[in-house]
Amino acid sequence: MTAEQAAEAAPISAQAVEEALLAFLAERIKTSVAVDQDLFGSGLVSSMFAMQLVVHLEEAYDIAIIGPELKLDNFRTVQAMTALVLRLSAARDG
Amino acid sequence: MPDKPTLVKCLVWDLDNTLWRGTLLEDPDVELADGVRDVIAELDARGILHSISSKNDYDLAWTQLEKLGLAEYFVFPQIGWGRKSDAVLEIAERLNFAPGAIAFIDDLPTERAEVNFAAPDVRCYPAEQIAALPGLPEFSPAVVTVDARRRREMYQAGFRRDAEKESFNGPDEEFLRTLDLVMTIKFADHEDLSRVEELTLRTSQMNATGVHYSDAALRGLLADPAHAVLTVNMADRFGPHGAVGVMLLERRPGIWHLKLLATSCRVVAFGAGAVILNWLVDQAARADAHLAADFRKTDRNRMMEIAYRFAGFTDDACTCLAGLGTLTGRDGVQCLHLAAERRAAPTTMRLDSPELAAR
Repeated sequence: MTAEQAAEAAPISAQAVEEALLAFLAERIKTSVAVDQDLFGSGLVSSMFAMQLVVHLEEAYDIAIIGPELKLDNFRTVQAMTALVLRLSAARDG
Repeated sequence: MPDKPTLVKCLVWDLDNTLWRGTLLEDPDVELADGVRDVIAELDARGILHSISSKNDYDLAWTQLEKLGLAEYFVFPQIGWGRKSDAVLEIAERLNFAPGAIAFIDDLPTERAEVNFAAPDVRCYPAEQIAALPGLPEFSPAVVTVDARRRREMYQAGFRRDAEKESFNGPDEEFLRTLDLVMTIKFADHEDLSRVEELTLRTSQMNATGVHYSDAALRGLLADPAHAVLTVNMADRFGPHGAVGVMLLERRPGIWHLKLLATSCRVVAFGAGAVILNWLVDQAARADAHLAADFRKTDRNRMMEIAYRFAGFTDDACTCLAGLGTLTGRDGVQCLHLAAERRAAPTTMRLDSPELAAR
């Protein structure tokens, strides 16, 4: 089941989002990270990769991340991105 | 008056009976057709790239091009036995050009017809027209800048860079640090502006304001003490990226207003936008100024919005914005704001830049 199908089938869980993000990061930056690790402060990802993260989250979870939501703090850690995804999905469905 | 034709950015050559006289498989010592060498060199100097679509044995044909001293001119040569339309579209895709920016020259009407059928936007020329190409308007850019003359060199450096990136196994930032990137920001002079004019013409994707400043307008502001016109150049160990960015900044006490920021698509992958914005924020902080930035959303500049937001710009109101001559509200232009604080130097490149507060 892809993330898109998952998003449609049922409310997504924090655990599922975290796991998918950790797998995505491990594949793309070839390093495993902790859910509360500061991805930017630790120099693991470039600003270009940050942009790819925005696009990835939008496509995987069918959300639009716009305006004030596009702040770096929302993408700093896996936990922060998970919270963002859950909040925007809830807003979309609610 | 007819509209000015779209400029050709890449000319794709057939080889047998077009670039050279005769057929390579029958005559291993084929010679160049008349005028070919001059036409290739002239168009190259104008910043037009050359490529190849030829039905031939790759090794034989490439060896012959090397022998003739022309191999260095060609990017993404497609030499094989497939359809020419596929080859031409492959070249367009690899270069990230629209098919309408590609021209194709071949002596055989059937090949031109095949390309024309599958890729109607590609302009096709018969071999007899070789000598006439430099005189055609679609091969005659109005401005030929220093960067245009080096465009092929920059593309070729780019290919070597991409190849190395593909074989690099590690985080992005680590790869960037292996490139020995250098960014140079400077106050523009008249020559810099000629290079920038091309940049603003060629690059709509990364023009944050979506507002065009004409060459004359920017030149007029060079001597204006309230405005700073800055250009950005980049290079790395593979070679130059050329002029990759331009900024127009109005500095008032307590508030700096970024009216134009455009960067080349070529340097997006290096995070150039973020480095420029962080430098600007740091400079504003040193001058105790807030930053305001005009931004107009287009369907092509999303990456620039993300760069602004990630640098810390918000929609929040601030008293510093009162009385600022912004374009807010006109044609969907927003004014983003940031209370500047000191920022660290970039970790992925060396930055040579002037002190803005001092001037």
